[in-house]
Amino acid sequence: MTTLMTATDLPQVRGVKNIPVEEFYSSGHRTCQGCESALVMRLMIKAAGPRTIVLGSTGCMYVANTTYYSTPWVVPWMHTQLGSSGSAATGTAAGLASMMRKGKMNQEPINVIAFCGDGGGVDMGLSAISAALQHDEYNLLILCYDNESYANTDIQVSGSSPWGANSTFSPPGKVHRIMNSRWKKNTAPMLAAGHPDVRYIATACGSYGLDFNNKIRRALTIGGPTFIHSIDPCPKGWDYDPKYSHELGMLAIETGLWVQYEIIDGELILNGPSRSIAKGIRRRKPIEDYLSRQGRFAHFTPDDIAHFQQRVDDSWEKWWMPGVIPFTMSQD
Amino acid sequence: MTTTVPTDMFQQSTEELISGSEAIAIACALADVDVITAYPIRPYDTVMQYVSKLKADGAFDCDFIVAESEHSQFEIVKHASAVGARTFCGSSGVGWFYAFEAITVTAGLRMPVVAMVGNRALDDPGAFGVEHNDAMAVRDLGWHLYWVATAQEAMDIALLAWRVAEDRNVLLPFAISCDGSFLTHSQAIVQVPTREQVNRYLPGYNRHELQLHPDNPITVAPQVNEDWLMEIRRQTDEAMRRAVGVIYEAYDEFKEVFGRGDPSPFIEEYMTEDAEIILVGMGTLAMPTRVAVRRMREQGKKVGFVRVKFFRPFAVEEVQNALRGAKGIAVIDRDYSYGSPSFGGVLFHELRSTLYPLPERPLMLNFIAGLGGREVMVRDVNEMVETIEKALETGKIEQETTWINVRE
Ligand SMILES: Cc1ncc(C[n+]2csc(CCOP(=O)(O)OP(=O)(O)O)c2C)c(N)n1
Ligand code: SF4
Ligand SMILES: [Mg+2]
Repeated sequence: MTTLMTATDLPQVRGVKNIPVEEFYSSGHRTCQGCESALVMRLMIKAAGPRTIVLGSTGCMYVANTTYYSTPWVVPWMHTQLGSSGSAATGTAAGLASMMRKGKMNQEPINVIAFCGDGGGVDMGLSAISAALQHDEYNLLILCYDNESYANTDIQVSGSSPWGANSTFSPPGKVHRIMNSRWKKNTAPMLAAGHPDVRYIATACGSYGLDFNNKIRRALTIGGPTFIHSIDPCPKGWDYDPKYSHELGMLAIETGLWVQYEIIDGELILNGPSRSIAKGIRRRKPIEDYLSRQGRFAHFTPDDIAHFQQRVDDSWEKWWMPGVIPFTMSQD
Repeated sequence: MTTTVPTDMFQQSTEELISGSEAIAIACALADVDVITAYPIRPYDTVMQYVSKLKADGAFDCDFIVAESEHSQFEIVKHASAVGARTFCGSSGVGWFYAFEAITVTAGLRMPVVAMVGNRALDDPGAFGVEHNDAMAVRDLGWHLYWVATAQEAMDIALLAWRVAEDRNVLLPFAISCDGSFLTHSQAIVQVPTREQVNRYLPGYNRHELQLHPDNPITVAPQVNEDWLMEIRRQTDEAMRRAVGVIYEAYDEFKEVFGRGDPSPFIEEYMTEDAEIILVGMGTLAMPTRVAVRRMREQGKKVGFVRVKFFRPFAVEEVQNALRGAKGIAVIDRDYSYGSPSFGGVLFHELRSTLYPLPERPLMLNFIAGLGGREVMVRDVNEMVETIEKALETGKIEQETTWINVRE
């Protein structure tokens, strides 16, 4: 049994003013204006600090970020294949662990973070992420930044796209209005339920910077493999004015469509607005407030909106754990 | 499964009756490999059974990871290699193909991963036996590609593989091709060197300024597009060219330290002096071919055999020199390339292109043999020689490519 050496200088931060000022994801990237995923990268590495290796799978956060001669990464960064975030994290952590144990490298905590998009993580890389989450002997974090499409290849529908969304592979047409009839995959709970030894799994959103910072830090310091799934508004793919990215992230949560939580050592803790909604302190906003702000839902009829609202209502009223566990236990 | 763990932990050189797979597993222990990834597929996976047992028995310390697919298996070692760990993995047949994306980027990123390919026919239909098409698929990508013929050679080339692949002037991955069953599962006497010898021969792997580490915050593999890709391809090409010299150097030193080896690291020549007909092939079919050649020599036929060991880098001059002067060349392919020139095999095309610049080109015939693990027999080799004799006599080629020992 190996003893895990995690970073110790990454305390939880109270008050946004106490977030570090140093930037480790700086200028040099070419993401769209208002790209929330770029902010997620920045928040992620700000929280993790300089003793971190970042592995990035193919997608916008590779292609639009790291152009030869103009990398924004101040920390060591390496590309990995579209479905390989789990393997990249495992291989990097294993290499470091092996060499440190064998005296071939200085013993010190080094954070290993692999990020993937929804295409790379929720679809293609799911099995490798699952495998990585079984390796209790390695410290690693897999961050799935979910912009709800294969954005880099021109916005195609993924297993994490919302029902009915217009994408270049699911365009509304004269005969078929709804080309994507799949409901978004419930990824973080699937991974949590499937990997009971994982000590930390969370959902997050860049609109809540402090919360985001602390989640990254908890994931990196708790020990073992961890997973964070963040919802990232994407002005290009979702079709809205870039200045509303933050607001849309908040709306996704305030409407109850996206639920913010942490699962720490087997205990589910709802955060922020999701917590207030669950406690009945706050009412969910109508889903129309969210859908009507985005061009990707512009073809929706009132019936489509009602259907969408019904699905969200069900997830809060019928699911075993609101917005998290989509089944109930038989009373028999 | 039992393993032959030298009880003295490699303090003394020993002789062991082991398979090619076990020989490579022991080489992993001797080379103190840091990260090894496994996924089951026959016949290569025997090597991982031995590796895991060697680790379990304390013969060496490594992170042994059973991946959830071959793709992950190869991605994991690629990334471990980037932070400076010595690595080993491998696969067979469709497993090798499942990993193909990872295999291609490993060379693109210049990661000196060493892999064993237990050559196996590609599905469908399913077959466990040897064919060379699996390993052959990496021939254009920047992998060293070597075909071994004995268990001893498997061990020796594994040790040479890390030495060459990790050389700063090379930094390219290395595939050790082992014929399924004939090599992976057949036992022979192997000299196991001492750890001291191996340490003397094999320096530690050091990536220097290429190591991914917080003390060295580099960005690896940013998007380059048309601005830079051509230059980067050219660098890999240069590295493969440099590998030739490094291989000669590493092989000479190997012979010095371990006291065994052939005259050339690239090819093996058997009775080629004054030979009028020379057979060319790779891997374990060398055994029946040598026997056939020896018997034909006894009957006064001027026949020889050249075994190509390194398919990549391909030693053009050595092969030219070995074959120069022969009137007929019979190339034995344990692979196929449907629709290729003459509907021939891959080795055949390589040989043709190698011999084309010669002022006097020999007559060349191609024989596809031993697919799916079908045994290549002495009588098959005789048939090849008879076919080429006839062509030389009549000056006519009836068909350039002949499938040997096949039901029509
Ligand atoms: C194996 C493989 N298949 C397809 C692609 C093409 N591709 C490049 S980026 C990309 C989109 C990835 O989507 P996602 O993971 O959601 O990241 P995003 O672009 O949305 O940031 C795709 C499909 C690829 N690079 N590799
Ligand atoms: S397409 Fe979306 S995810 Fe990609 S760079 Fe633009 S805003 Fe960001
Ligand atoms: Mg995406």
